[in-house]
Amino acid sequence: MTRETAVNTGLALLLVAFPLAAQAMGEPFYITLATRAAILALAAVGLNVALGLGGLVSFGHAAFFGLGGYAAGILSTHAFNAEPLFLGFEGTASMPWIWLVAAVLCGLVALPIGAISLRTAGVYFIMITLAFAQMIYYFAVSWPAYGGEDGLSIFVRDTFPGVNTALPLPFFLICYALLLGGLALFWLLRGSRFGAALEGARQNPVRLAAVGIAPFGIRLTAFVVSAMVTGVAGALFADLNKFVSPSMLSWQMSGELIVLIILGGKGRLFGPVAGAMLYVLIEYVLGGITERWQFFLGLVLLMVVLFARGGLLGLLAGKARHG
Amino acid sequence: MAEPVLEISDLRKSFGALKATDGVSLTLLPGEIHALIGPNGAGKSTLIHQISGSLKPDSGSIRFLGRDVGGLDMAGRARLGLGRSFQISSLMPEFSALRNVMLAVQARQGSSFRFLRPVTSDAGLTEPAMAMLERVGLAGRAGVPAAELSHGERRQLEIAVALALGPKAFLFDEPMAGMGPEGSRALTKFLDDLRREAPILLVEHDMEAVFALADRISVLVYGRIVATGTADDIRNDPEVRRAYLGETA
Amino acid sequence: MSVELLIEQLLNGLQLGMMLFLMAAGLTLIFGVMGLINLAHGSLYMVGAFACAAVATATGSFWIGLVASIAAAAAAGALMEVVVIRRLYERDHLDQVLATFALILIFSEGTRWLFGSFPLYLNIPPLLQGAVPLPGGGRYQLYRLALIGVGGGVALGLYLLISRTRLGMRIRAGESDREMIAALGVDIRTLYTVVFALGAALAGLAGAMVGALQSVQVGMGEPALILAFVVIVIGGIGSIKGALFGAILVGVVDTMGRFLLPKVLALALPPAQAGAIGAAIASMLIYIVMALILALRPRGLFSAQA
Repeated sequence: MTRETAVNTGLALLLVAFPLAAQAMGEPFYITLATRAAILALAAVGLNVALGLGGLVSFGHAAFFGLGGYAAGILSTHAFNAEPLFLGFEGTASMPWIWLVAAVLCGLVALPIGAISLRTAGVYFIMITLAFAQMIYYFAVSWPAYGGEDGLSIFVRDTFPGVNTALPLPFFLICYALLLGGLALFWLLRGSRFGAALEGARQNPVRLAAVGIAPFGIRLTAFVVSAMVTGVAGALFADLNKFVSPSMLSWQMSGELIVLIILGGKGRLFGPVAGAMLYVLIEYVLGGITERWQFFLGLVLLMVVLFARGGLLGLLAGKARHG
Repeated sequence: MAEPVLEISDLRKSFGALKATDGVSLTLLPGEIHALIGPNGAGKSTLIHQISGSLKPDSGSIRFLGRDVGGLDMAGRARLGLGRSFQISSLMPEFSALRNVMLAVQARQGSSFRFLRPVTSDAGLTEPAMAMLERVGLAGRAGVPAAELSHGERRQLEIAVALALGPKAFLFDEPMAGMGPEGSRALTKFLDDLRREAPILLVEHDMEAVFALADRISVLVYGRIVATGTADDIRNDPEVRRAYLGETA
Repeated sequence: MSVELLIEQLLNGLQLGMMLFLMAAGLTLIFGVMGLINLAHGSLYMVGAFACAAVATATGSFWIGLVASIAAAAAAGALMEVVVIRRLYERDHLDQVLATFALILIFSEGTRWLFGSFPLYLNIPPLLQGAVPLPGGGRYQLYRLALIGVGGGVALGLYLLISRTRLGMRIRAGESDREMIAALGVDIRTLYTVVFALGAALAGLAGAMVGALQSVQVGMGEPALILAFVVIVIGGIGSIKGALFGAILVGVVDTMGRFLLPKVLALALPPAQAGAIGAAIASMLIYIVMALILALRPRGLFSAQA
């Protein structure tokens, strides 16, 4: 077992042991904290496909996080009110269906956004993905049907066959299982032929084209897959908070998702997990001390970028290695 | 005369007032090494870029294997069998030597949209890639990231990547650049054999290697080909001596 | 719908465009010369607004506040450049995004610490209160007209600065070739600090002037920043001319879209629905325009780089 595998296993066990211990001690709040970390980690795992493997700095992934959230909110609201959705479709409170809708919706939206954004590169790509996310944000704010600026409440948490999702621990375990699924997907992608081409597109797109693989299709596929995973995480996040609002679509959210990856370690399998755990910890600890915790988060982040490249995993498991 | 593998007719490219390629026509015949020489700034790189597809000519045609490839991008031309090496080593720096070649094997197989099977245990990729590394004498360094290879080793790896594409023609842009005398000699020998596999359009500054290898030599000066012929023709061409060899001699 | 209303809305669009231009000019200059993407440019806009509001309240003079806003933003920009930004020029865009994102957090929370969470208010100076008659019979707010004038003046000033002065020559040289300018003996570090402070001052000026139209609060900078991004992406990153053109386009399209779309839709739909759909589409309109332009010209309309 390499050092990185050991660290990864440790992180995975820590993330599941924490809520189990909290359950045993009758502290459900801490289960919610761990659930939040698991969901944010899944969202960042999605982004890590585009950003870590493909080098595509998407500053608009909140769009997919939020769309996933709205998919959950809207389907659930229609099921709750027993109003038909449109074209004869009904709402649903079943999580697997909601995840499917969230993933498909995000994939369909990511396709044109990616197709336009990927015609550009570098700093243009960053700004354009940001701008597209803003477009969806402002749409959500000004579209009154689903709460507009005020957001949309999910009155009863959506259901999963055979699990009482209203209880914190079972809901955590669902999120944790999906996180492991997302990590498995990332691991498979990275090792596959597609992953080799994608990492090639990051390292040297001209060379990739010179061997006969056009970077565009590879990158677009990665962007879409990335959006779908982040969308599913968004649906879970809405169910965690029983609420979805335009803030899930905001540029701050996009920034936070990038921050999670960098705090943990870019392109590393468990980078988003380490980053999300650290982030939630900072938020909780600093937030308990001062209302102005984001000021200190900014300082920490600045220090990480300027002086501690490689993030938490770089610190714990050494430099990233490629086969 | 055999049908040319690569046929360039009246290619033109200007950057503002500068005519970087000014009506260039040349052919690459089966089994030959056709060297392209010329002083710095003659437009050799611009020409290579247009042939490989990274730069669009203003006018003129490029036919490869009897087909007009003007509408294809770089990846499309590479898939047809135009294998290119770069003037400055252009590899995947984080990937090992083996994985660099594996990527080319994968590209040749046209199978980059497979998402699940791990490449490292895929004999369909590793074995041909390893064979290419052995051919260029780099098998012992298979696991080393390209960024950590020596300059000469990176040039060898470039060739292995080009070989792995199984090309119908090679486009080599200064493969000897920065190599020691020993490396140059070994590579000269290697290229000498390679022409039997596919013809080579060779841009090179190492005149010793060019005169030893080339079946035909074309001299490019200010975007125009001023002479084409055998090594002896070129040595004795008065215009070439004036325009080019005179400068270096 | 009257012609006066239409002219008024067009002028509003132009005024928004001019304020966006002040933001975008700094951003695009900084990117063109230093290759840096600066998310914290919106924070400098906010610094300008707060400085103006605080000083104007303390002294009773908007004009002293305006000078203070330029000074404060330029100082904050220079400080930012020397302490943080300077270390980022050689880094990739991801590091630049993250570090300047961190700066937003620091500036926003820092400002909340200093001024509290409640918005400040800034009054339009007496000299510029009131309205002027427009040809055609309408009237238009003098202050907004003044903002258009300031934007035009800054555009002219920047043009002269870059094409006619020594500093401008260095800026142009710095855009094309850093090594050459270093070889010419120009102190490149100082040049970068000056350019950054200049961009910051323009952002601060914009913040102060817009502050008199809206409330001055934490978080006001980022929406302006993102619109400025749209502007420079449309115009072509690094091009001042592109920034001016893009800013006016975005300002006018956004304003006219919000004004006209609900009315146009009302011809075909019931009024309530037309209002809602019109507002929703109008809020997305500039992004749609941006997408269309990029689909045709991926590097913007006036790209400075080949």
